[in-house]
Amino acid sequence: MMDNNQQNDYKLLKGNEVIALAAIRYGYDGFFGYPITPQSEVLETLAVEKPWETTGMVVLQAESEVASINMLYGAGCTGKLVFTSSSSPGIALMQEGISYMCGNELPGVIVSVGRGGPGLGTIQPGQADYNQAVYGGGNGDYNCIVLAPNSVQEMADCMGKAAQLTFKWRTPVIILSDGVIGQMMEKVILPPFTPRRTDAEIAAQCPWATNGIGLKSRHYNALSTLEFDPQVMEDRNRAMAEKYKRIQAEEADYELYRVDDDTDYLIVAYGISSRVSMKAVDILRENGIKVGMLRPKTLWPFPSKAISKLSEKIKSILCVEQSEGQMIHDVRLATEGQATVYHTGRSGGMISSPVDVVDAFKSMARETITKNWPKGYWIK
Amino acid sequence: MTKEELIIPENRVYGKPSLMNDTPMHYCPGCSHGLVHKIIAEVIEEMGIEEDTIAICPVGCAVFAYRYLNVDWIEASHGRAPACASAVNRLWPNKLTFTYQGDGDMACIGTGESIHAMNRGENIAMIFINNAIYGMTGGQMAPTTLMGMKTATCPYGRQADLHGYPLHITDIAATLQGTCYVTRQAVNTVPNIRKAKKAIRQAFENAMNKRGCSLVEIVSTCASGWKKTPEQANQWMEENMFPYYPLGDLKNTVQ
Repeated sequence: MMDNNQQNDYKLLKGNEVIALAAIRYGYDGFFGYPITPQSEVLETLAVEKPWETTGMVVLQAESEVASINMLYGAGCTGKLVFTSSSSPGIALMQEGISYMCGNELPGVIVSVGRGGPGLGTIQPGQADYNQAVYGGGNGDYNCIVLAPNSVQEMADCMGKAAQLTFKWRTPVIILSDGVIGQMMEKVILPPFTPRRTDAEIAAQCPWATNGIGLKSRHYNALSTLEFDPQVMEDRNRAMAEKYKRIQAEEADYELYRVDDDTDYLIVAYGISSRVSMKAVDILRENGIKVGMLRPKTLWPFPSKAISKLSEKIKSILCVEQSEGQMIHDVRLATEGQATVYHTGRSGGMISSPVDVVDAFKSMARETITKNWPKGYWIK
Repeated sequence: MTKEELIIPENRVYGKPSLMNDTPMHYCPGCSHGLVHKIIAEVIEEMGIEEDTIAICPVGCAVFAYRYLNVDWIEASHGRAPACASAVNRLWPNKLTFTYQGDGDMACIGTGESIHAMNRGENIAMIFINNAIYGMTGGQMAPTTLMGMKTATCPYGRQADLHGYPLHITDIAATLQGTCYVTRQAVNTVPNIRKAKKAIRQAFENAMNKRGCSLVEIVSTCASGWKKTPEQANQWMEENMFPYYPLGDLKNTVQ
């Protein structure tokens, strides 16, 4: 995303602000959302920017998250590029709408800035919504593509990637962030302005959309998730399952940090936990420990193949997430039993420090050594 | 003169609106839905806005409305049609966006979305079929079920202490600053069908002219849910529903 000519375009911004600014620049057609901490800056920034006067982007404060997601649903039906933003309890309210969007195979981007839970929980950052985003709480067989930014720059980049993926696959994309990434300020280069698509471009890109365009020369479009014939419903589900398989084959994305051929241990972390873990890896490397990190950039599809391959040669894996352990189940499945997986992390709004991760790593390594290796192999 | 010689376009005094397709309707005999569908098709056709219409149907008996009219339809989840319509209209402001909702959808599960869409003054039209019962799920109590009226979930009649009171959402709508036209109609007689059609036309024109939100309530029959013949249902509606839900305009700021 960055090149040398853009050096002067660096801005110091909050993650949430960048979501709003990037959306305007990527040519989003609309935003529908309801205030909730810690992501209210998204709507606040849009309100200040007044994109309806420049790009023509619609901004509407809805009466609830239930309304927000159904606004997104309606907008997606008409082929527009729209997004909503919320945090944990608000995303919980959106689950029904997300299921409907998946059922009708609609585009739409949902930004989730996680906080501590369950229930009202806390307004401090959390990562306890992995299951909510990846496995969903709506009814039926469905999946959303889930992107996991770990920096303010990636908040901007994900808005562009999500816009592309949601139309490519006709499925909602969730950007699963957390209160730290949403609230912290970092330097960022915003994308250049892309014009919003014209009506003709929407009609060409989305012949399935319900916007009336060209109605007299085509069969009318009706987007409904309802089907009384179970055989037809099963056929629809199977077609969607095929699509999900293709997404899994093509879109899984991850990043490796200090992983090399003789890496003994692996840390797996996403979002803010990956930033904390990078520091932990550095500390451990300074102490001569051969540890690296794999950071999933997509949580669904999950980079299982990469983890499986690494598991063949490493001793054990530490899964770092700011919850009591949710992604760890996917990591365990990905190892296919080849490596033991441990969890560390805080929850309820608390965040691990790099030292916490180092300590947890030491405990894990001790246990690994006791189980599998001669005593004294690792501890100095 | 043979029958075939008589049946020529010049002799026709009545025809099916071209926007109504030949899909057999699932509605019961004596139900008001079919008539209201036909009126809507006629109005869209007369206004010539087929390519500029986005219709949103509810959950309830009209859940399959999208099967019958040749315009683009969105099937919303239960009660959320007004939220859906709000976004659609803001993104396509020069098109007609209308919702078609029953009493459960409009005045129970979707009360919040209905009130807020109206209160924001969304430039949409909302058609509200009030038959005082949940037809599709088999005749349970609706928010508009009359006091003393028997349904599957108030088999001994609606009682205030057990079930609360009927919700007059149309009256509430008239008090909101965002609504420009709020009216209550019926389709039980030919004159009433004509009035209802005129009301729907005005609601659609208000939406196209960006005058704010219009609500057209149609006090309707549910012969099956009421356990009556179509004829009895019409009579029962006139005797019981009309006194409680009187017909006429409640608000019209667009003269």
